[in-house]
Amino acid sequence: MSAVLKAPLVVEFPFTRSLGPVQSAFLTGLRERVILGVKTGDGRTLVPPVEYDPVTAEELHDLVEVAPTGTVTTWAWNPAPRRGQPLTTPFAWVLVRLDGADTALLHALDAPGPAAVHTGMPVRVRWAGERTGAITDIACFEPCDGRRAEPTGHTGAFEDPVTGIVAAARLDYTYSPGRAQTAYINALSGRRTVGERCPSCRKVYVPPRGACPTCGVATSEQVEVGPRGTVTTFCIVNIKAKNLDIEVPYVYAHIALDGAGLALHGRIGGIPYDEVRMGLRVEPVWTDGARYPDHYRPTGEPDADYDTYKELL
Amino acid sequence: MTSAPRDREIAVVAFAQTAHRRTSEELSEVEMLMPVLHEVLDRTGLKTADIDFTCSGSSDYLAGRAFSFTLALDGVGAWPPISESHVEMDGAWALYEAWTKLLTGDADTALVYSYGKSSPGSVRDVLTRQLDPYYVAPLWPDSVALAALQAQALIDARDTDEPALAAVASRNREAATTNPHAQLRGPVPQGDYLVQPLRTGDCPPIGDGAAAVILAAGDRARDLCDRPAWIRGIDHRIEAHGLGVRDLTDSPSTRLAAERAGVFERPVDTAELHAPFTAQEVVLRKALRLGEDVDVNPSGGALAANPIMAAGLIRIGEAAARIHRGASDRALAHATSGPCLQQNLVAVLEGERR
Repeated sequence: MSAVLKAPLVVEFPFTRSLGPVQSAFLTGLRERVILGVKTGDGRTLVPPVEYDPVTAEELHDLVEVAPTGTVTTWAWNPAPRRGQPLTTPFAWVLVRLDGADTALLHALDAPGPAAVHTGMPVRVRWAGERTGAITDIACFEPCDGRRAEPTGHTGAFEDPVTGIVAAARLDYTYSPGRAQTAYINALSGRRTVGERCPSCRKVYVPPRGACPTCGVATSEQVEVGPRGTVTTFCIVNIKAKNLDIEVPYVYAHIALDGAGLALHGRIGGIPYDEVRMGLRVEPVWTDGARYPDHYRPTGEPDADYDTYKELL
Repeated sequence: MTSAPRDREIAVVAFAQTAHRRTSEELSEVEMLMPVLHEVLDRTGLKTADIDFTCSGSSDYLAGRAFSFTLALDGVGAWPPISESHVEMDGAWALYEAWTKLLTGDADTALVYSYGKSSPGSVRDVLTRQLDPYYVAPLWPDSVALAALQAQALIDARDTDEPALAAVASRNREAATTNPHAQLRGPVPQGDYLVQPLRTGDCPPIGDGAAAVILAAGDRARDLCDRPAWIRGIDHRIEAHGLGVRDLTDSPSTRLAAERAGVFERPVDTAELHAPFTAQEVVLRKALRLGEDVDVNPSGGALAANPIMAAGLIRIGEAAARIHRGASDRALAHATSGPCLQQNLVAVLEGERR
């Protein structure tokens, strides 16, 4: 068995999120170097503030300023910072209860080593140089002498409040399609199409995924199909997709390659779009260096009889 | 089918799992899963067409692809059409949904499966995406870092210390020597700090794996299994998402789920706990009031194999399998999800008197 294919796969997305009144005030406050909590019905102050009481589910809105100094309630020394974390040098993860708050905020603490960190230690906020209204406006915490900084007396009302955040997310994978699809992709590099036959129902699946979705059993017998096939059904695309270099209208079709037990998708070319029809016999057109057929064109054969492809619609 | 009697009894009648490995890159997800599905069906003699309801658990973030579970359905055989559902959670929660379906009387048998391939990505990074997206996720605190905060809180509270945590690691992996499916077995060095106070030995192995369970109701269960593992109670509870709001040295959600599931009505002899990190076993033992007389994680637990999304279902499966073979009469199974034991599911399984 040849080695399975592998390739880098990056999933990246700028999640754009809107803020409610409480989160908006908190994050706007960070931009202005003000830290706000929210008061609960029983008089606790939650920092970071939430819109609903985690115990009673009561809606919360009474903002109250707390100090930029506080106490470490627990910590963990991180000797090898990872991508995206607040500091690039070794640091401590900390939960910090800010002075005036009853709950703790998660962030990073810049300290020379684990021996310099302990639960109960006093810390203060180190602000980021550029602040946009995000949790990262707190660059990190740093050790301090324990004197409490005074709140500024802010009411929590801001001009030009932040109403949303963009939370960029990126995850890196090494994707492997597994044995069956590796064989399919390797065959395509020789301009051949290979499926797998189900040992139970005898259908040939293409592209193969190693299992018959009807019978739920493993497939392994490789079968070459095509290159010619029959259009089983189609649609006419009239709207140009972004970044797609194909003139509209064009035809996108289901094509049952000869010998295959189900149809593939493909574009039909070499024929006016309004002359494409069910039963049209087609063959793949490859362009130089391509990894799959660019499109399918008519072979000139007579149309296939409906009965020969009606099970493949 | 008519409405279910209030006392409808439901049991786990079969369990199967993969040999969990660091990587299974030669296999697609469906190729990894399919042998487990065949094995669990073979144990009962059932075919896909005989199963009334199917429910699965998995995560698109592990796969890095949207709707990845639909591809895994190829291994089930979804023609003729089946009644199917999915949870983006550990399979233990898929089992909860299936149990509820059986309780309604709409189904007599259910297939529950779950799987996770961690090898293509980085689990520590992937799990950050389940955190609060406003205040926490932008800092990218990884799963080990959050578990380490909980461990330090326990140490500060004098609930444990580093030698005690090492003993938890060692006992679980010693137990795993008799588990042919486990990924880490026998003595494993405690190693260096990954995030202090947690050393590599305090953390679960990262691996790929799958598991499947069959549930059946009433006499159907007795037909399919010599000694069904009857689910006497099952409940799941969640705590506030803010870590700074919670007391990390305790697990009130586990305790409440256990109360509702009936754990404290009579002693259990076995407990399969889903504690991926050593310190979490300390929290769970306290929350569940487990004494030294209870056999905790005879399978080796999540410290021996922790296929994400399947490890919780495996706890239920291992507890049930012990009842099937007569090694337990009343067992507790626990599954967790989220950072620092945020969500917890507890089930009580019993075998009939022999």
